[in-house]
Amino acid sequence: MRTDGFTAPYQRLTRPLVREDGELRPASWEEALDRAAEGFARNVRRHGPNTFGMLSCARATNEMNYVAQKFTRAVIGTNNVDSCNRTCHAPSVAGLSAAFGSGGGTSSYQEVEDTDLIILWGGNPRFAHPIFFQHVLKGVHNGARLFVVDPRRTSSAAWADRWLGLNVGTDIPLAHAIGREIIHAGLTNDTFISRGTSGFDEYRALVEPWTLAAAEAETGVPAEAIRELAHAYARAERAQLCWTLGITEHHNATDNVRALINLSLLTGHVGRYGSGLNPLRGQNNVQGGGDMGAIPNRLTGFQDILDTEARQRFEAAWGQPIQPRHGMTLTQMFEAMDEGELRALYVIGENPVQSEPETEKTTRRLRSLDHLVVQDIFLTRTAEMADVVLPASASWCESDGTFTNSERRVQLVRKALDPPPGARDDIHILCDLANRLGRDWSYPTAEEVWDELRALSPMHRGMSYQRLAELHGIQWPCYSEDTLEPSYLHARLWEEDPARRGEPAAFGLVGHSPPVDLLDDDYPFRLTTGRRLDDYNTGVQTSGFSSPLRRGELLDISPEDAAALGVRDGETVRVSSRRGSVLVPVSVSRSMRPGLVFMTFHFPDQVDTQLLTLDATDPIAGTAEYKAAAVRIERLADGSATDAAAGAERTGAGAAAPRALPART
Amino acid sequence: MSTPVPLAPPRRLVDVTIDGREVRVPEGATILDACASTGTDVPTLCYGDTLTPKNACRVCVVEVDGARTLAPACSRAVEPGMAVRTDSERVRHSRRMVLELLGSSVDLSTTPEAPEWMERYGARPERFGPRAEPAALGERDARHAGAHEPPDGAAAATVEQPPKVDNDLYVRDYGKCIMCYKCVDACGEQWQNTFAIGVAGRGFDARISTEHDVALPDSACVYCGNCIEVCPTGALSFRSEFEMRAEGTWDEERQTQTTTICTYCGVGCNVTLHVQENEIVKVTSPHDNPVTHGNLCIKGRFGFQHVQQRRHD
Repeated sequence: MRTDGFTAPYQRLTRPLVREDGELRPASWEEALDRAAEGFARNVRRHGPNTFGMLSCARATNEMNYVAQKFTRAVIGTNNVDSCNRTCHAPSVAGLSAAFGSGGGTSSYQEVEDTDLIILWGGNPRFAHPIFFQHVLKGVHNGARLFVVDPRRTSSAAWADRWLGLNVGTDIPLAHAIGREIIHAGLTNDTFISRGTSGFDEYRALVEPWTLAAAEAETGVPAEAIRELAHAYARAERAQLCWTLGITEHHNATDNVRALINLSLLTGHVGRYGSGLNPLRGQNNVQGGGDMGAIPNRLTGFQDILDTEARQRFEAAWGQPIQPRHGMTLTQMFEAMDEGELRALYVIGENPVQSEPETEKTTRRLRSLDHLVVQDIFLTRTAEMADVVLPASASWCESDGTFTNSERRVQLVRKALDPPPGARDDIHILCDLANRLGRDWSYPTAEEVWDELRALSPMHRGMSYQRLAELHGIQWPCYSEDTLEPSYLHARLWEEDPARRGEPAAFGLVGHSPPVDLLDDDYPFRLTTGRRLDDYNTGVQTSGFSSPLRRGELLDISPEDAAALGVRDGETVRVSSRRGSVLVPVSVSRSMRPGLVFMTFHFPDQVDTQLLTLDATDPIAGTAEYKAAAVRIERLADGSATDAAAGAERTGAGAAAPRALPART
Repeated sequence: MSTPVPLAPPRRLVDVTIDGREVRVPEGATILDACASTGTDVPTLCYGDTLTPKNACRVCVVEVDGARTLAPACSRAVEPGMAVRTDSERVRHSRRMVLELLGSSVDLSTTPEAPEWMERYGARPERFGPRAEPAALGERDARHAGAHEPPDGAAAATVEQPPKVDNDLYVRDYGKCIMCYKCVDACGEQWQNTFAIGVAGRGFDARISTEHDVALPDSACVYCGNCIEVCPTGALSFRSEFEMRAEGTWDEERQTQTTTICTYCGVGCNVTLHVQENEIVKVTSPHDNPVTHGNLCIKGRFGFQHVQQRRHD
């Protein structure tokens, strides 16, 4: 169906594949399952359960994620389970739970329509979350002011009252300057600060150096615009602060999230109808995957793995001990492959070869594994490297279950199609493997899995399938089948009674840390990445349909830089970072500021953007810094000099010591 | 300090009479709402449950006792003591006329309830004479306001013209367009805020158009398909539906509709998959869903092909 030729559409997998003599060949389900299970058992027997890792699927249902983490914890016996939420929104969960004790967005979409001020920070929902943006536009039409904070003047910014175009990676200075201005203007919500927060004095001292002038110098945002945003946010009766991957795909992402949360604590814009904090999730069930415990430090329902009581409830239900320790994050798993400490990996519906930064390093690490099992609907680049490939059904339309969206709404997923012959349901495959590893699991229905998990997870307890159908989904928490909680979280912080108020929300004392990949004379451009409207991530899904909007991978560049480099719209240029280089056509765009260039990673077969990005990661959440690479842009000279130059770039990269940041306009 | 949650204000109940039956509805409800509560069927075309009434088609008119003119049920709010007649001779006459004018000038072959209404009201669109030849593609779009040639009266003028097939996702068959404006409102500030289409021309030459009648790929269109969602006549349709109808394989009796959740971003849009022979042939969204209100983006609406890239071996 796809007519543009950027990427051939992927074909559904219909037969299991096993590796023999270095090649994948078709196999029966029996053989493939036996080999998959045998490889896991072999490594656990020889090297212990902690050499096993599970990458669960943020695209699959809550039920599948619950079973996948149960398989990891109760069958294999490790907590090494994670998913690609690590590559996007783990910092939001980490930051929100550090402040408030739970890691979900605090408001509902309806509240965005009913608020007075909306800040979109580090995101372009007009393209990446179009239906959320319709709620924003309802709010705007209802009279809300809209501020957009983003290095690019995006299509979302086109609707804003003010666009604050900051330099990539200077979110913390900007947030601190806003906080300082609110404090100095006397616009803090003192009642809320004294009742519901802790650490204000330290915070005030922390942000004191970030005067408007200092912030302007660092962020590139005019002082007057920072002041205006600060005053508008603090004075608004109700305000929503929303962010996306521009905040979280940085090496200090959790700090970025904390810096934004601080602003809500200063002004009391949390815990009330219409006021809140909203991380917009990039994948259909990245919220639910985490909620289900497909993360290394939490059990289902966001219960701490170190909490003995919680763990014992799960141990009793599963009849197996659970290790009282955090498992490895996705990032740590990949690092552990280098040391041979992770030897068997079970990947469900993920494509790390193309979604992780630094493609070559990821490939090398996967190759070092003793046993790699990939369960997917397509033969992805990751699946091509596997020892066993298991063809799965597509969760969202070939199975029953639930997803949880960005407003914490759990909604029913229903089977509309039969999977292609040969493909099997994810949960059934997990059961088959568990049974080969000594368990006796029967195939449960999705609803049976759901009822098992809501018995263990208080925040899901009141959500029967019947209620989910009747109420168009239910936002968590929902503790009983007779009640519904408010659409917003953390109202407790406003309580007068300290006992009811509970643990105060702590200001995050976080400092500025500029992007790791420094700009210098050799790599003078800041490359940031993101999504376009009609394509998605590594393009595996969107390659299936023919979009009239699709133009393939492009390097967006400002008219000023294009003129200075002498490149025309459509001309192919070489883009090089300290790690690699690619050829890509130029798109001259007025949404770009001088010094800033933009690419997606939708077309890895055409242009592998991840050759340029780096894997400097957030130490708390483990998210990689996709959003800030330093690159050089060169016109393609006619003749042979180009290739030689490209080769020299890679070898010379290590020797080129980073120099001070050049001033940028 | 705590901001109150805005609940809908309590609404007074209003007593009205629909065809002699007393009914009590909330203040601010429309006559159409009141009719729905008594199970009284009122035909509608330009009315949209997610849109502000446009009062364009007049097929829903009813007689309000004491009123000089007929009232559109879809937009007229009830008033205490209002007595409404939905099936009086005046109403039947008016609806018959509307259906005859539409039926004679527009292709209503894919308007779901048109044949039933034609029969109910005794509409005979053919009484205006044989249909004029369809215009060539682009001819109607090139007409200028004011430059109008009087018809010869021998044939019924129509808006028929070949369908516009200029992309792989959806088709615009303006020979089926009744100018209800719903697509314009859905594309505009009521939902999508893209403003890719508007009304061009005057009078009988009025038509829905992109800017300067450019093809969709050259227009501002973002292929959300929210116009298709609200189109009442099938003038806008999925390319898949259009082609299956042309082949004669489109069969709604053999289709299932299953509402699930979109597979792309984390907003959680509800998508209703229309499936025939295990193939998704169309995607809609429930209008009463709090996430989407019936709206989707290009990926949710059209990005389903990947699951049915099945080898046939």
